[in-house]
Amino acid sequence: MIRVQNLQKTFGSFTAVDDVSFDVGEGEIFAFLGPNGAGKTTTIKMLTTLLKPTGGSIQLDGLDPQTHQNEVRKRFGIVFQDPSLDGDLTAAENMEIHGVLYHVPHKLRRTRTEELLKLFELWERRNDQVKKFSGGMKRRLEIARGFLHTPRILFLDEPTLGLDPQSRNQLWAHVKKVNEAERVTVFLTTHYMDEADRVAHRVGVIDHGKLVAQGTPAAIKEQTGTTTLEEAFLALTGSTIRDEGADKADAMRQFAKMWSAGGKR
Amino acid sequence: MTVIYILWLRELKRYLRSRAQIVASLGQPLLYLLVLGFGLGPVFQRAGNGSYLQFVAPGVIGMTVLFSSVFSGLGLLWDRQFGFMKEMLVAPVPRLQIMIGRTLGGATVAVIQGLLVTTVCLIAGFRPVSFLMVPVAMGFMIAIAIVFAALGVAIGSSLQDMQGFQLIMNFLVMPIYFLSGALFPLVGLPKVLAIVTRLDPLSYGVDGMRAVLLNASAFSPVTDISVLAGVGCVLLLVGAQRFSKIEI
Repeated sequence: MIRVQNLQKTFGSFTAVDDVSFDVGEGEIFAFLGPNGAGKTTTIKMLTTLLKPTGGSIQLDGLDPQTHQNEVRKRFGIVFQDPSLDGDLTAAENMEIHGVLYHVPHKLRRTRTEELLKLFELWERRNDQVKKFSGGMKRRLEIARGFLHTPRILFLDEPTLGLDPQSRNQLWAHVKKVNEAERVTVFLTTHYMDEADRVAHRVGVIDHGKLVAQGTPAAIKEQTGTTTLEEAFLALTGSTIRDEGADKADAMRQFAKMWSAGGKR
Repeated sequence: MTVIYILWLRELKRYLRSRAQIVASLGQPLLYLLVLGFGLGPVFQRAGNGSYLQFVAPGVIGMTVLFSSVFSGLGLLWDRQFGFMKEMLVAPVPRLQIMIGRTLGGATVAVIQGLLVTTVCLIAGFRPVSFLMVPVAMGFMIAIAIVFAALGVAIGSSLQDMQGFQLIMNFLVMPIYFLSGALFPLVGLPKVLAIVTRLDPLSYGVDGMRAVLLNASAFSPVTDISVLAGVGCVLLLVGAQRFSKIEI
């Protein structure tokens, strides 16, 4: 379903993604793990047509995101690291706009919205403004929205960041349910190794832009001679802390935190 | 078309739901209208220019439309990181449609704001030569709104973070307002000021509204609308070009 070969991305003299190759099969849940600044988000951006690779090739469902941009876009759903819902609109309206943007026929849009909102336990709140939702509810709505146009692949970029254990467990349970029911391929990144261990069929570990290991969680643990995925991860990537230079997005995240703490948003 | 429509509708819904913001955004125009209108009134009268309230009302309406439309475009910057913009940018629709939907939405909101302020002006004692001319003045509001919503989108697509926002406010938006003849007549100005005011697109918008509402203008209404249409087309093209280049 996803085939990446010798993928490379450089920003000036900095190589963010360096000669990465992997395959993700249909219906598989693949976790992409790595420390901060390892190249996870850059890879997702290239897979989802938001960035152009410097080298290498990508195929999503047999199509190149660069040459068949819109065809590829119809085939995947994505949940970004930062929220991308419209807080002033209701849950149902957010779904509605998504449906229109993805050319989902009116009737199907209605039935699928109902189906998904019920599945993600948001149906009762469909007419509430999203800004009144909790963090977990917003995340669930984003994922439900990502499924609306029946994508073949779902990308989740750190979907559980900042959620409590209850919401996290519930979220993964939902993702697994849809993965099994609709055979959707899931490509996710997370910093919680136990989640990856539980949810993913296979994982890939990326560090300094290079893929350092890939395989089933069990295989990776065996390969490194460790008992948990977290230990395996540390064995593969070392325990030095990565100080990412604060980029523009971080500065804005900081600003957003202040802003929401002030209760203005 | 449905894409443009739904994005336009989104802007409108967001506007109508933020009541506090609607009221807040009327504060500044009211201040200019009432304080300057009545404060400078006597001086203006003594200088033989008639009622300042009459004179400044179209300027204040122009200001409202200007601010509201530029902000809608600049909001893109925020939207890109923490909002709906990302969702739109990965959708299988041409960016041009997204840009048009958003610009028209922002422009519509700006015109509504303009009409609200027009109502406030009428209540405060502003009297156009004929009330039938108010819809014609609305045409100028639409032109101003489109010009500056497109400008906002062009800038919002080019900026990287919120720091640039203050810069744009102080060195672009405020000068556009102050140099537009919204607050003073465009006749008999020092040479430099005369040239600068003629380079400001808002001058033609405000002048156009004065032409239809007060029957007094520095340029002809035909010049006004042609300049606005020309600048509007250029800015829409620039905005669309900048918008298509956004990377997140």
